[in-house]
Amino acid sequence: MNDHAATAEEHGHDHHKHVAHHFDDAHQQFDTGKFGMWMFLLTEVMFFAGLFVLYTVFRSNHPEAWQFAAQFLDTKWGAINTVVLLVSSFTVAWAVRNAQLGQTRKMLINLVITLVCAGGFMVIKYIEYSHKIHAGLVFPELEHSLFNPDITAEASAELAAYEHGEIFDKIQALDPVDRNWVGKFFSIYFCLTGLHGIHVLAGMVLLSWLIRRGMRGDFGPDNFNAVDFGALYWHIVDLVWIFLFPLLYLIN
Amino acid sequence: MSEHHEGSGVGHVQSVKTLAIILVALLGLTWLTYETGSSNLQGWDLSVAMIIATIKASLVALFFMHLKYDRPLHGTVFLVAVVFVGMFLAYVVGDSHEYQHYFDEHIEDHRQG
Repeated sequence: MNDHAATAEEHGHDHHKHVAHHFDDAHQQFDTGKFGMWMFLLTEVMFFAGLFVLYTVFRSNHPEAWQFAAQFLDTKWGAINTVVLLVSSFTVAWAVRNAQLGQTRKMLINLVITLVCAGGFMVIKYIEYSHKIHAGLVFPELEHSLFNPDITAEASAELAAYEHGEIFDKIQALDPVDRNWVGKFFSIYFCLTGLHGIHVLAGMVLLSWLIRRGMRGDFGPDNFNAVDFGALYWHIVDLVWIFLFPLLYLIN
Repeated sequence: MSEHHEGSGVGHVQSVKTLAIILVALLGLTWLTYETGSSNLQGWDLSVAMIIATIKASLVALFFMHLKYDRPLHGTVFLVAVVFVGMFLAYVVGDSHEYQHYFDEHIEDHRQG
């Protein structure tokens, strides 16, 4: 008895090995999975919407604080990260095509490029974050924060020593009320980019899983759903960044 | 073989040419938003940036995410999300502006000591 017959007997009926037995055919399986994925993406959009609303409320009430705070963000890094994510979106969309056509080698190359881009994005994010953390442009609750109203003399001296105290002096020159609103910008900046960064990390796990399965030869023209749905997730991560970039880095 | 007969027949197969054209368009729009972001547009900066971002998001959704060729149901789900975000935003921002002057008065008192 061959394997296929054994599988059919186990299930009590015959069906294609990539179609789960509760689906009529590959089309129905694909449509069901895709609909589920889109529903998940809807919840993702609403998830981010909460923070975007927070952002809009604070910005519309304190536009001058936002303008002031934006000078401490490096537009170049933001733009480079935008390009990195757009390229990764392109390669993952290409990987879906490769999977659909059974081009496993090309699919793996595209998935690896996507994963490398994701890693590159996180490296740039790390450079940006460490700069802000050293300068003290962080949550006011933290000890080494320029926005901490009860900052210790020791922490204050450390922050003043960073980059000849350029950032320190600019923040110190602010009225305490204005300084508070500028601090809110950085709290929101870290929440938005942090939540987005967590999504990039999750995407890297997902891409690694797809690469591993791809190397095992799991994907082909009759079994590419996982690649397609994984790519949809990756595109949503890109979509969020498309809005984050102008909202955080391009404030005039 | 024409594009329409590629693959197993399940799902739409996007051509590399289309994907490449969309990538170039997205990079071009990124450059445009970078340029307009660093020039003074007399208060229109945010609107211009948001319009460009919306065009970019639409290109990604329609072509990279296959919505243009997909079942209308999936596009509808996505639009529902967008509409709800809009409602969420409009209600909260409207409400916050309604009460903002109370905070501002309080803050002014605080500032004057």
